[in-house]
Amino acid sequence: MTDRMKAESSKESDNRSNEGMQRRTVLKALAGLPVVGFMGFEIFKKNNYAIEKRNSVLKELGLDSIEFPESNYGKTKPSGELIRIGFIGFGTRATQLSKALGFMHPMEVKKGQQNNTLTDWLGQEYLNVAITGICDVFDLHAQKGMATAGNEIRPGGQDAPKLPVKRYASYQEMLADKDIDAVIIATPDHHHARIATEAARAGKHIYCEKSPALNEEELNELYTAVKNSQVVYQLGHQITQSIVFQQAKEIIKKNILGKITLIETTSNRNTANGAWIRHLDPNGNPKPGNEDTIDWKQWLGNAPDAPFSVDRYYNWTKWFDYDTGMIGQLFTHEFDAVNQLLHIGIPQSVTSSGGIYYWKDNREMPDSLHCVFEYPNRDLTLLYSGNLASSRGRGRVFMGHDASMELGNNAIIMADQNSTRYAEGIRSGAIDPGAPMISFNPGAGQIDAVSSASEKYYASRGLTTTSINGRNVDVTHLHLLEWLECIRNGGTPSANIEMAFQEGIACIMAHRSYLEKRTMSWDSENKKIV
Amino acid sequence: MRQNYSNLQLTTLVVLRFLVGWHILYEGIAKLLNPQWTSAGFLKESTWILSGFADWVMSNSGILATVDFLNTWGLIAIGLGLILGIFSRVAAISGAVLVFVYYLNAPPLTGLEYSLPTDGNNLIVNKTLIEAGALCVLALFPTSKIFGLDAWLLKRKQEKGGAK
Repeated sequence: MTDRMKAESSKESDNRSNEGMQRRTVLKALAGLPVVGFMGFEIFKKNNYAIEKRNSVLKELGLDSIEFPESNYGKTKPSGELIRIGFIGFGTRATQLSKALGFMHPMEVKKGQQNNTLTDWLGQEYLNVAITGICDVFDLHAQKGMATAGNEIRPGGQDAPKLPVKRYASYQEMLADKDIDAVIIATPDHHHARIATEAARAGKHIYCEKSPALNEEELNELYTAVKNSQVVYQLGHQITQSIVFQQAKEIIKKNILGKITLIETTSNRNTANGAWIRHLDPNGNPKPGNEDTIDWKQWLGNAPDAPFSVDRYYNWTKWFDYDTGMIGQLFTHEFDAVNQLLHIGIPQSVTSSGGIYYWKDNREMPDSLHCVFEYPNRDLTLLYSGNLASSRGRGRVFMGHDASMELGNNAIIMADQNSTRYAEGIRSGAIDPGAPMISFNPGAGQIDAVSSASEKYYASRGLTTTSINGRNVDVTHLHLLEWLECIRNGGTPSANIEMAFQEGIACIMAHRSYLEKRTMSWDSENKKIV
Repeated sequence: MRQNYSNLQLTTLVVLRFLVGWHILYEGIAKLLNPQWTSAGFLKESTWILSGFADWVMSNSGILATVDFLNTWGLIAIGLGLILGIFSRVAAISGAVLVFVYYLNAPPLTGLEYSLPTDGNNLIVNKTLIEAGALCVLALFPTSKIFGLDAWLLKRKQEKGGAK
């Protein structure tokens, strides 16, 4: 063949025809074009195939008409009047909340500059608020709060007003001050209901960390006080602000899962910090604080008298006097997530059991706790299982006859192999019960019915971040924004007093069931736990 | 140049050029067509000598967006250069460097573990490294001045030179 070609080429050079030679050269030079054209055609075919497959799955599921409301986050100017906020309690959670409001401690600003996270934070929507009051029983925390509130590097830049910050000796003093419009309560749990109740009576809007109340009496009092006032009450459950939850809501609404009879929620932790042992710094030295710098009497509040102890001050979650442990700290979020999606309300009965099986220190609080919430009227059981000695992720799963949904940083919907509704699709091979039928890409705000293996993999590991209009946004910031918008424009926030009441009752039932070792029931006629 | 290759050698080299070019061009276009694509997932896996670089890229959304943009369009330019045979040597050399950087981010060395499942069984050598090697071959054994737009570029240059 080589010889033949050589012969040909020599023949060519013999009958040298300039034109023919040029044409050949040009054709050869363009050899790559058909390859590019072929690729273009194949890409077109592949895209059409993917779109068709996606549309047919979505149509089958009735999801083709879903449109997620486009968020106007970051597109609006701050409206209305400046809201002056007072912080009651300025510990770890308060620093996160103030950051979400647009206020950071100067030291944290410096850290943000060093690790390049400051720009994102400065791009956070300006909320038109000022922190003008700080109240904490520990001098060190109060000073940190004052420095945070007074720091001038913040979203909003030069336009942000610079108001003086006042330290209040007690929360009562703050509530009596007419220069405070709203309060954020981030104290240990045993103060929540009492301070929130008094705030409602004083006409201050309330953003309160969970849990809403530790017992039935104070929960009822809080409910009545907020109901009889004009204030906006928001409970601190930021996770449902995530875009994924809006998408999960659509899945539930469209009945993709079929009849849901079981919901499993879990907490999985395995660290000392996660087990509420927090009185040591990272180097193992005791954290600061003594009777001179901590107003112990005020810290105890209405709780039974106890001698001053750094252990109690930092690790209060270990004792029944101040908290309900995993129920109050962790299950509250789970309950809110389920209640926001399904509006399950107060359970008919709750049975809890557990014990102290790993962290055998001086605690009263169980480190392994399991609660069964029954909703016979809804044909539904809600399970909670919390463990503080294993971090194996067990997720949050909604189980329906036709499909199940695991809801975390993303939502993964798997068809059930014995589903009635998808039987035909599974038989024909259109639906694979061994792989996600639908997954949500939190960054995209759209349904991802068919995605590449690596995309699915990254999504399931939660490596994609929640974003709005292409920006990473802190969910706590969104939860506060919702509260502030309700204060300015009226309306009811998502974690309002009704939701807080339902959650409070469910949690108190679960806690009492553990303490009293019996099933607790809800008397819906007399609105009482029996 | 033609005299140096037999026809079979020439054909094989051009086919290799098309194959590697196709792969690189489609990698670029697939990223372009997927608005959610970002290199963050890949960079998170980086464990070897470039992990510091990967962390730096991910630390700032601006840098990440720039790297994503350059990577996507770099792949498309290199792929087109190889298939169409235009600036083919530059394309082959920069392609070899780029692909080698991918390799250095996640080389299959003993003791390095990745959470993303890999294609096939690899020890030190993987397909990425082989592709980098193939691109070196293409840079050293050019064919674009015969089968490619570089022939046209060459001709124009010669004509200009002749006119002087």
